[in-house]
Amino acid sequence: MTRPRLATLAIIVVALGVIAFALSGALLNLMIFMMIIALAAQGWNILGGYAGLSSFGHAAFFGAGAYAMAVLQTRFGVNAWVALVIGIALGALVGAFIGFLSFRSGLKGSYFALITLAFAEVARIVANSTNFTGGAAGILLKLQNGLPYLQFADRRYFLLIALGFVAIGLVVSWWLEHSRFGAYLVALRENEQAAQALGVDVFAVKMKAIAISGALTAAAGCLYAQNYLFIDANVAFGSWISIEALFAAIVGGSGTVLGPLIGAIVLLGLGELTKGLSHGIPGMDLMVFGVILVLSVAFSPNGLVMLMKSLGLRAPAKEREA
Amino acid sequence: MYSPQIVVEALLNGLMLGAIYALIALGLTLIYGVLHIVNFAHGALLTVAMFMVWLACAQYGMDPYLAILFVAPVMFALGYVLQRFIIGPASHGKDNGILLVTLGLSIIIENALLAAFQSDTRTITSDYSFRVVEIGPLLLSFPRVVGFGVTIATTLLLWLVLHQTDIGKAIRAVAKEKLGASLVGISVPHVYAMTFAIGCACLAVAAGLLMPSFYVSPKTGAAFVLVAFTIVVLGGMGSIPGALIGGLLIGVVEAASSLFLGDSLGQIGIFLIFIVTLLVRPTGLFGARA
Repeated sequence: MTRPRLATLAIIVVALGVIAFALSGALLNLMIFMMIIALAAQGWNILGGYAGLSSFGHAAFFGAGAYAMAVLQTRFGVNAWVALVIGIALGALVGAFIGFLSFRSGLKGSYFALITLAFAEVARIVANSTNFTGGAAGILLKLQNGLPYLQFADRRYFLLIALGFVAIGLVVSWWLEHSRFGAYLVALRENEQAAQALGVDVFAVKMKAIAISGALTAAAGCLYAQNYLFIDANVAFGSWISIEALFAAIVGGSGTVLGPLIGAIVLLGLGELTKGLSHGIPGMDLMVFGVILVLSVAFSPNGLVMLMKSLGLRAPAKEREA
Repeated sequence: MYSPQIVVEALLNGLMLGAIYALIALGLTLIYGVLHIVNFAHGALLTVAMFMVWLACAQYGMDPYLAILFVAPVMFALGYVLQRFIIGPASHGKDNGILLVTLGLSIIIENALLAAFQSDTRTITSDYSFRVVEIGPLLLSFPRVVGFGVTIATTLLLWLVLHQTDIGKAIRAVAKEKLGASLVGISVPHVYAMTFAIGCACLAVAAGLLMPSFYVSPKTGAAFVLVAFTIVVLGGMGSIPGALIGGLLIGVVEAASSLFLGDSLGQIGIFLIFIVTLLVRPTGLFGARA
């Protein structure tokens, strides 16, 4: 396994921060979007990558965060930062709810993928037809610049905040690779029965994993709502985000610290490139995503991170040991 | 509030739409039963078949039911090639790999159709679309009555193929005992691809039955895919009678919940059945105990 050191992670985050300050306009917006997807993918990676429970419905968490952010601010006048914290907590709660039901019944593999998809769809339909969530019209957030409102006239500051969350995601993954809890996750991914026989409380470990996973992806949803100032059910709970979170993590390298971040940057970068080259033919960028997913499962099942390693672009030896 | 006639007609129409759902689910459950994979590209492949039927009817003036005879072999070949040369090799036989490859395929297909046909919804005008069948006091939609009949016939045909032909016996052998089947000389990749191909041909039939009363757009299949999964899970993954009965049941539930809850919330009934079945009895009504 490539296990980057904390110092390496810090350098990467600082480098991205420096790049952020050189950007403006469309590139800046793209990078903010990349960070939001990277964060959602980091959430997916905890459950799908480390614990081996592929979810097709991370939109449920993303939407929970996005709607918490939008509803709390517009309906109850809650401060943006407080709404952000509540949104993240709600993501963990939704994770615990779905996890409690699914893991009690011992669902895994394709069954787990299907049930997460169904939960996300139920959430989408409910949000789309309830007045409380703005119905099909969605919710428009008020534009107010300033640190207390978590909105900035200079969008580079928003990018820094998104980057801060991605850094938290990196640290969480790093911690997983160095903690007993992370070892439990990998153990149950590789062989659940063996892990159980050796005394791992499989249910509790899975519950913790899905709660952390839900919280991270919900944070991405909160940032999305705050960045675009508009959400509706098809954006917040739509299958696009479940798919992009999964794609970024798998293409980058599922079950690795840097995989989701690299995957999000590469995928969305290629997506923009395709959009530019195909002169706006609809669907071309997603088609490229699909091709990349199939190719990466076929030829590089461990993702770009491992592909780089096997191509010799490996980190210095001491880093791999750390 | 509702007159009994409206309720009975709605439920019967639901039952017959359920038959077409069952046909879509039939291919899915067959593929699951033999290959033990969840084919996520099933919905996208249905869309492909529907576009083929649309092309045949709108461009060449063909009868939609007659078009099935042309679309089915094409879908059969497409299914064979996809499984034999893409899904099989790319997934390295891993459960998760297959899930992801078929998901990737569905996204490729959906967006290729989007690039080629844009997101407009397309319909065909045929004499069948608005024809009704009178049974006593009840008025039933003609395309759905045909759909019901053809589904039953297709299920019987499939059952005959599986039980009376050599390839059917090989398919059942592989489903039961893969290693044993390959030891007696059955080519497992070929049987896998044949099963996938038969599943795709079922989609061609479903597409021909749907088009006279439905529309197609690149996203149409996605709307059916969760319904089909619900039916497969409800009926028991891999069970053919389960798919048929599950399909009819889901059709009735959808009709009833649309009638009483309205169209947008009506779909929730299906998803709740799906979630409850997975949680309470993941083997479904007819599935073998895991």
